[in-house]
Amino acid sequence: MLASLRGRSRPTANSVLGIVFVGLLGLWLLKNLLVMHDAGRAYDFFNVFLIGLTTGSVYALVALGYTLVYGILQLINFAHGDVFALSGLVASTFIVSVFGLDENSAAIVIIGGLFATFVIALVFGALVNSTIEFVAYRRLRSAPRLAVLITAVGMSFIVQNISLAIYDVNFRSVPPLISAQSVFEFRGVHYEWDALFVLLVTAPVLVLLTWLVKSTRQGKAMRATSQDPEAAAIMGIDVNRTISFTFVLAGALAGIGAVLFLVEFNIRYDTGFQLGLIAFTAAVLGGIGNLTGAVLGAILIGLIQAFNEGLSWYAPGPDWTRSIVFGILIAILVFRPEGLLGERTAEGA
Amino acid sequence: MPRLRDELTKMARLDVAGRHWRRLPSRVRQPVPLLVLLVLAVTYPFYVADLPTNVPLINAFPSVRSSVTILVFVTMAVGLNIVVGYAGLLDLGYVAFYAIGAYTAGWFASGQFEQVTFHFGSMGLSKDATGIHISVWLVFLIAGVITAVGGILIGLPTLRLRGDYLAIVTLGFGEIIPQAVRNGDNIAGFDLTHGTFGISPIDTPGFGERLHDSVGLPVTYQQSFVADRLFFWTVLVVLLVTIFCSVRLRDSRLGRAWIAIREDETAAGAMGVPLMRTKTWAYALGAFFGGIAGAYIATFNQGAFPSQFDFNISVFLLCMVILGGMGSLWGVVVAGIILSWLNVEGLANIGAWLNANLFTPGFGTQIEVPKYSFGIYGFIIVLMMLFRPTGLIPERRRKREIEEGVGRGPIDDPLYDSRHEDEPTGGAKH
Repeated sequence: MLASLRGRSRPTANSVLGIVFVGLLGLWLLKNLLVMHDAGRAYDFFNVFLIGLTTGSVYALVALGYTLVYGILQLINFAHGDVFALSGLVASTFIVSVFGLDENSAAIVIIGGLFATFVIALVFGALVNSTIEFVAYRRLRSAPRLAVLITAVGMSFIVQNISLAIYDVNFRSVPPLISAQSVFEFRGVHYEWDALFVLLVTAPVLVLLTWLVKSTRQGKAMRATSQDPEAAAIMGIDVNRTISFTFVLAGALAGIGAVLFLVEFNIRYDTGFQLGLIAFTAAVLGGIGNLTGAVLGAILIGLIQAFNEGLSWYAPGPDWTRSIVFGILIAILVFRPEGLLGERTAEGA
Repeated sequence: MPRLRDELTKMARLDVAGRHWRRLPSRVRQPVPLLVLLVLAVTYPFYVADLPTNVPLINAFPSVRSSVTILVFVTMAVGLNIVVGYAGLLDLGYVAFYAIGAYTAGWFASGQFEQVTFHFGSMGLSKDATGIHISVWLVFLIAGVITAVGGILIGLPTLRLRGDYLAIVTLGFGEIIPQAVRNGDNIAGFDLTHGTFGISPIDTPGFGERLHDSVGLPVTYQQSFVADRLFFWTVLVVLLVTIFCSVRLRDSRLGRAWIAIREDETAAGAMGVPLMRTKTWAYALGAFFGGIAGAYIATFNQGAFPSQFDFNISVFLLCMVILGGMGSLWGVVVAGIILSWLNVEGLANIGAWLNANLFTPGFGTQIEVPKYSFGIYGFIIVLMMLFRPTGLIPERRRKREIEEGVGRGPIDDPLYDSRHEDEPTGGAKH
């Protein structure tokens, strides 16, 4: 019945508003480019763009975790960001203390060490995330939805405090393992190896994930469970196992994302909370439950953040980044709750 | 056997007293425990100094000064209970209302706007002190109203959203407003919030010269020698008024509409409950009390600082509501007192006690318990949700909703329920 309604165009006020907004955004970007051009620093504009792309691809890995879990349980897994931070902290221990990597290590040692760290962080993230699911969320399968959401907030604080207990309040960082020299430099636009490294890791992971969800039996089970858990159970799918698998997958992505984040930035016990909210915004922006959407949303958020912090003409600056991101979140939820690529559902708004 | 006979007569006397007591009409009996508690609370400043300070585990009872903060947070929890408990709307950004209230006090009762000089019933200040100085009593009301308007503004676009989306949007507002406050020292060159330094000093309440000379009431609280006591009694009145309003609201037409929405939004709408208006009222009224509490704590601390308005506070308040039992007013008050006491003094005391008596002799280490306060609250939240989702003092109706699964509202929809067949009472819903 709703399908017939869906075809009808929405009240156009919102779409007009959206077009005007996107238009203004475009003008703002153009003006910034011109201002920078006049100052002879047009290349900065593209540098900022590349920074945004790098940040965005790290966000994508975290956003995918939110989208996967939301897709299957309709649960905002608040603890996800903190799992990310804890995995990153563990990875920093392994890089610095266990493997003892630094910028002077031989290339083969760095590559091997990083690979091992990736594996460790991946396994660790998967383990923590599925433990949370097993300990808390699984018991609440038939509980009210609000109860699960509140539990997720509680779990987030627990995981955050575990990080605090082990790693204290200091920021952790790793030595610059990937050289910050340029891959290419073209009229002042430069692209560094470490940024390329982030993309080189993210892209195959995304391909692999798509393949996993689209083409494997397990992926099919996930999609079936997310559509209708009861019907899936009747068809012989082990729903609990499928949900656990989803959490494992999400945790693994968070682990990989955390190592990449560590290559670029510092990490601390509460980094995950903020980053988690940003990543969740990205997932909502793209259309929650939609994998491509999460990646698109994350890259857009990364670009918005970079432009806001890097441009000069009427850019509010880093102090306002969070406000802008949450402003976007609110606007999206109010005007287009299904996100950019999401499908409008009956209960979408 | 004289001992035994004594015991027996005592028991008999107690028995007689008990019978007399039960014979009293319930109208007389019911308010007595409440009155006893009230008297204990009002006289607390007089006997707190005589209470023992070597109680196992908790060391000491909270000082009067800490009690003020505790009661302010309880007031906020009671306000949040209107939104979360009565109307069933998960609000993860209640701290925004706290911030708006505190900053309203900062704007209307301090020297923040030095460009103007405006006095209206200000106490104990020279008449040419710059800034807006409105009587603090009035500022509490103004703060409540402005915050309620803020609640409506936040609510109008967002209340159509489903439960978890609403939660995340309120969370967004709870993050935006503190950041706006932090960065609001240079909005197009205008200093609105004085940035990270916050607004300070903020005027304190008082009764002015005339009442001071005739009745002996203090000119301002801060100049009084017993400032903490005055603040304590005032916040007690604020809390009691809030509780009274909360009870009356719950039993009013509006309150019943909230509960109907909580139980089944669709059915309530079909029965003619105006959904948006009712929900917006819940938001506005919840915000109102949050704003008053925020303004109160700002005058008590004589300042509003952006570092006070963390997301943690929202979760902390939510934790009180959950621990007490959503919708259960007395539960929320009790849980609020316990948790905010833990936050203000309790955890530090318990930590010190544990370190002195358990960790140091037993393991030779010390643990900073207050550092993990939010981990502990998280733990409480998870445990409550897993094992006692109705809270410490469950509200009867809410308990039935959860346990029997009847009339579950949209927020109560289970994610899925594959135990349909083997559940005798649950299952068949909608």
